[in-house]
Amino acid sequence: MTTPTVHELLETEYSAGFVTNVEEDRVPPGLSEEIIRLISAKKGEPAWLLDFRLAAYRHFLDIRDTEPTWAKVSYPRIDYDDIVYYSAPKSKADGPKRLEDVDPELLRTYEKLGIPLEERAALAGIAVDAVFDSVSVATTFKDKLASMGIIFCSFSEAVREHPELVREHLGSVVPTADNYFAALNSAVFTDGSFVYVPPGVRCPMELSTYFRINAAKTGQFERTLVIAAEGSYVSYLEGCTAPMRDENQLHAAVVELVALERAEIKYSTVQNWYPGDAEGRGGIYNFVTKRGRCAGFRSKISWTQVETGSAITWKYPSCILQGDESVGEFYSVALTRHRQQADTGTKMIHLGRGTRSTIVSKGISAGHGQNTYRGLVRFGPRAEGARNHTQCDSLLIGGDAGAHTVPYVDVRNDSSTVEHEATTSRISEDQLFYCRQRGLSAEDAVSLIVNGFCKEVLKELPMEFAVEAQKLLGLSLEGAVG
Amino acid sequence: MLSIEDLHVSVGDRPILRGLSLEIRSGEVHALMGPNGSGKSTLASVLAGRDGYVVTGGRVTYLGRDLLAMAPEERAREGVFLAFQYPIEIPGVSNLYFLKAGVNAVRRHRGQPELDAMDFMKVARGHMRLVELDEALATRSVNQGFSGGEKKRNEMFQMAMLEPRLAVLDETDSGLDIDALRVVAGGVNALRSPERSMIVITHYQRLLEHIVPDVVHVFVDGRIVETGGRNLAERLEAEGYARYERAPGARAKAAP
Repeated sequence: MTTPTVHELLETEYSAGFVTNVEEDRVPPGLSEEIIRLISAKKGEPAWLLDFRLAAYRHFLDIRDTEPTWAKVSYPRIDYDDIVYYSAPKSKADGPKRLEDVDPELLRTYEKLGIPLEERAALAGIAVDAVFDSVSVATTFKDKLASMGIIFCSFSEAVREHPELVREHLGSVVPTADNYFAALNSAVFTDGSFVYVPPGVRCPMELSTYFRINAAKTGQFERTLVIAAEGSYVSYLEGCTAPMRDENQLHAAVVELVALERAEIKYSTVQNWYPGDAEGRGGIYNFVTKRGRCAGFRSKISWTQVETGSAITWKYPSCILQGDESVGEFYSVALTRHRQQADTGTKMIHLGRGTRSTIVSKGISAGHGQNTYRGLVRFGPRAEGARNHTQCDSLLIGGDAGAHTVPYVDVRNDSSTVEHEATTSRISEDQLFYCRQRGLSAEDAVSLIVNGFCKEVLKELPMEFAVEAQKLLGLSLEGAVG
Repeated sequence: MLSIEDLHVSVGDRPILRGLSLEIRSGEVHALMGPNGSGKSTLASVLAGRDGYVVTGGRVTYLGRDLLAMAPEERAREGVFLAFQYPIEIPGVSNLYFLKAGVNAVRRHRGQPELDAMDFMKVARGHMRLVELDEALATRSVNQGFSGGEKKRNEMFQMAMLEPRLAVLDETDSGLDIDALRVVAGGVNALRSPERSMIVITHYQRLLEHIVPDVVHVFVDGRIVETGGRNLAERLEAEGYARYERAPGARAKAAP
């Protein structure tokens, strides 16, 4: 009849932890110009892209010893020469063209994760660009999208088929020298997704991609580029899980969004990579650079993320509000338990007149989890009448978790308005007892309270994703109060 | 239905219940009256399974089972309901959503089909009218921003929805004005049935003018010192608890 302790309740095994047995095509470990040339050659890339990589690599060499230390995360030094920078699942042909061509082992992996590719495609009407390790293995609904002029394909394919679009926009939002991990990514990225929505077109379905890190010791360097032309709309979903591993795996993705005049991009993420065990062994290091540019009048970019996985999350999906009256949004739920560390937030850079941004951040910390919101709101001299509203709420579960809020505000004009609200609360014994007295188990009670806490963010997710996210929160946090 | 035998309970090193015995049959309403600090609320908490209380002796049998061995949620699912003296706020969780989760947990346990949103709302509306609970409160966060009276009505609403076998009302009258008291008492009376027993814990006699108990117990220093009928409550009102005190001038004050 005693209440289970936090410790007991947080001991749930990571349910997506398994390893798929697929033959791999991989290069030797280590980072060098030769490796970069090899990756580029294996992918048959044009010279301008190799030059892009090499420029990034040279910059990375300059800053190699200055890995950023300002985030509130700690981890052992990463040996960049011990990482395998390219790994692709082998298949009979050059690459599967249809679902039947896809390695059945691979399809089973997705099924175990509850993502039956064919069902998802057929039933949910979602076009899935599935990234298994580093190469896209299946792309569906292409024809329907193509008839509307929408391009949704792997990054490699975009380089082959639409080089002019890639060349124009690649690095235009996140330059190669932007930051340490962006430089690394720009040098060695292997694949990712590419989206282009032509002027005036409203993409009729949610575009969805599932990432998965599988090969042992293979860092995954995704590169995603989404371009919404004038007056277009697209909603993009990104969901991730990874199998259980003892060694830390580095993940340094770059996502660039470009929204032209009156275009809108909605980018949603559910991230559930292996968080490490209760003692903090293993788990993914997730150092991601995500940034969108509202390039034109009334462009809009909205980021929504539910971050429950990874040992370390270092991630600040940001908006550059360049066009007048453009809008940026950031909705985030970050959950840490065991020894997980998350340092996440956003940057809203207001450049244009009358630009607006909204930040809603919900941090949940349990076990020995550390959760930091770090955000910057900047109003440039031209951003007259710009407005920001920021809300940062932290929920603590148990006595050993930490929540931190680090907001930066930088105002360079007289007419901007910024509002910042922050709260910190704790799930109390009284709340749990009240729920249990009404018949709910302690696990369900915590899940109910946490979902209530995150409601404002979850409602921003597309329907099927919201359901998945709720389940994930419940699963990740079968916790109680200490 | 409920049998408490020689129950001893401590908080820390301090004994609170000191040999409490109580027998409640199906359909009976027992009033438990006593001065502040006599241990009335401790009994309510122990019956519901709240942490922090150490049972040092005695036993509690509920429907033939050892109640003290059951987890709080199991007790709730088996039909034990506690109306909290201070109902708890849960920000962000809708009152109805919360209650639906509880009702369906109880129904699953009883082998009944879960109620879907439509059926649940139909039943909920009726019960909200019963305790005159504003429907607007149904979709607000649990107890958040509710007035004292609204919180108590919400407890009665939850009780009606959960259909308990044993309801413990812990000072449900505290903080209520006379109109709210009448509404709450009306709700309780409507829920009286031959299958449902109630323990009404109160400091004052006035609640018992509206909820007429079958048995009245006087509770002092962790045990029952006198048991009688309805007229015992009236006598207490007139005389106070002073005559039961072990040491004159102890913690308790006479009721006004």
